[in-house]
Amino acid sequence: MTSGIDLQGTFVQALVELGLPITAAKTVWIPLPMLLMLIVATVSIFICVWLERKISAGAQQRIGPEYIGPLGALQAVADGLKLIFKADITPAKADPWLFVIGPAVVVIPVFLSFLIVPFGQNLVITDLGIGIFLWISLSSITPIGLLMAGYSSNNKYSLLGGLRAAAQSISYEIPLALAVLAVVMMSNGLSTIDIVNQQSSYGILGWNIWRQPVGFVIFWISALAECERLPFDLPEAEEELVAGYQTEYTGMKFGLFYVGSYVNLMLSALIVSVLYLGGWSFPIPVETITALLGIDANVAWVQIITAALGIVMTMLKAYLLVFLTILLRWTVPRVRIDQLLDLGWKFLLPIALVNLLATAALKLTFPGAFGG
Amino acid sequence: MILALDFAPLSLAEGVQLVSFALLSLIIIVGSLGVVLLSNIVHSAFLMALVFIGVAGFYILLNAGFVAAAQVLVYVGAVNVLILFGIMLVNKQEDFIELKNAWVGKAATGAVCAGLFGLLSTMVVSHPWAISTAPAAGDKAIEVIGQHFFSDYLLPFELASVLLLIALVGAIILARREYIPGESISPTEALTLPERPRELVAAGSPTDQSL
Repeated sequence: MTSGIDLQGTFVQALVELGLPITAAKTVWIPLPMLLMLIVATVSIFICVWLERKISAGAQQRIGPEYIGPLGALQAVADGLKLIFKADITPAKADPWLFVIGPAVVVIPVFLSFLIVPFGQNLVITDLGIGIFLWISLSSITPIGLLMAGYSSNNKYSLLGGLRAAAQSISYEIPLALAVLAVVMMSNGLSTIDIVNQQSSYGILGWNIWRQPVGFVIFWISALAECERLPFDLPEAEEELVAGYQTEYTGMKFGLFYVGSYVNLMLSALIVSVLYLGGWSFPIPVETITALLGIDANVAWVQIITAALGIVMTMLKAYLLVFLTILLRWTVPRVRIDQLLDLGWKFLLPIALVNLLATAALKLTFPGAFGG
Repeated sequence: MILALDFAPLSLAEGVQLVSFALLSLIIIVGSLGVVLLSNIVHSAFLMALVFIGVAGFYILLNAGFVAAAQVLVYVGAVNVLILFGIMLVNKQEDFIELKNAWVGKAATGAVCAGLFGLLSTMVVSHPWAISTAPAAGDKAIEVIGQHFFSDYLLPFELASVLLLIALVGAIILARREYIPGESISPTEALTLPERPRELVAAGSPTDQSL
């Protein structure tokens, strides 16, 4: 296992050679990966919105956005500009403070969760020991924001939508956490880097999706429900609730919900690719390829190619999953709220528990294959 | 520059820790006061989430990342959301009646709180705390906690799960009652809802004809 390129080490060393003290050099480094990740997350919104519009159009045999930018790629920019210039209305009897804080509480945890998304051995903001658990605990803050938005709007539909959204997100958090727990049990650690490394030794055959097929399905269904994507977009079901907790929001405050939902979708896709699809690893291990070609894997240009390949693979897997969600959106009808809660509590939760038990049993029986 | 010379030079990490400690303390103290003193109960509930997050920040400062994440997951994500649900689903409309001599109750509460605060502070100051000098477990905390759960803390752990089971059964029994919709509640029994009469199922009773 090669360690890959260490950008932080090289950067700090370069600054030290320029004459800066080492603490100052490290301080200069700290904001850079955060800023980069923020940009990646923001750009992913534009890509997701464009993909959503184009693939939806394809599914309905339309053309979709065409005139704004090449192939309509700048459509999301136009949407954003429109939202910025819209009037920012706070309803007369709304609770002004909670009305403003609500969207922020929904969006901030999603962006914070990008702390633990790895794009390579060293291409992660921090390799926290609690890794994936941080994402689970941060995503549990979101319902508070949804309740805040629903309550403060002073509107029946908003309150019902907010309560529904919170109920949905706390009921699907449990199967989600249990599915993650099964993966964590196999990789003996919560760190996202460890989880990917544990899958990467046999190329595509070693990915967790083959050892955790049930967990993968449970996780994917729960993640869709957490993101409020169709078929689980009940909190904003137009026929029943106008637009749910978003009803009274206008302008950029509505835009924050919009941004939050797309970043959350992207984040979930990235986490699925890390947990089940081998993260940044190529279907054939890079070490095998370099050994076959007779190249030293520690040469600088090979390492650069490996790192680039890692980023491309992570993004490719994530966008493949985004593509799948958009296809699902136009294939599956929306479920009713009672069906949704039944699915979560009576179907996914027991199956997730059985899956966890089975994983533990398999781990004890075949420690070699299930990470003993 | 003169101000900076008065302090011993802090390293960046220490400075950040000090500032975070001050900010978190401010959040927790002001937040808790808000939870108690605000008149709008929903605002109190939301502020409580902020206080819980502040406590989680303290755990991070103490190098206990896992406990911090668990604090956010359990207290903010579960307990606080349940409290909010409770407040928002209870549709109780009761006019606020001005009580005579309400200040007596408030003064008594204040005195009790001040007394408790004084008692606890003297206890904190006078008690000889056995502060561990061992380095924090950090990322290994999960293993340490797990080993404790299955050795010397096994009984409390199991008792807590039995308690949760009891709460679960109780919640199901409460939730399965069927209410008669649309009936107004008389003010005398304001705290009970009209309930459909329900025959109790007794095993082996003489009316049981399903032989």
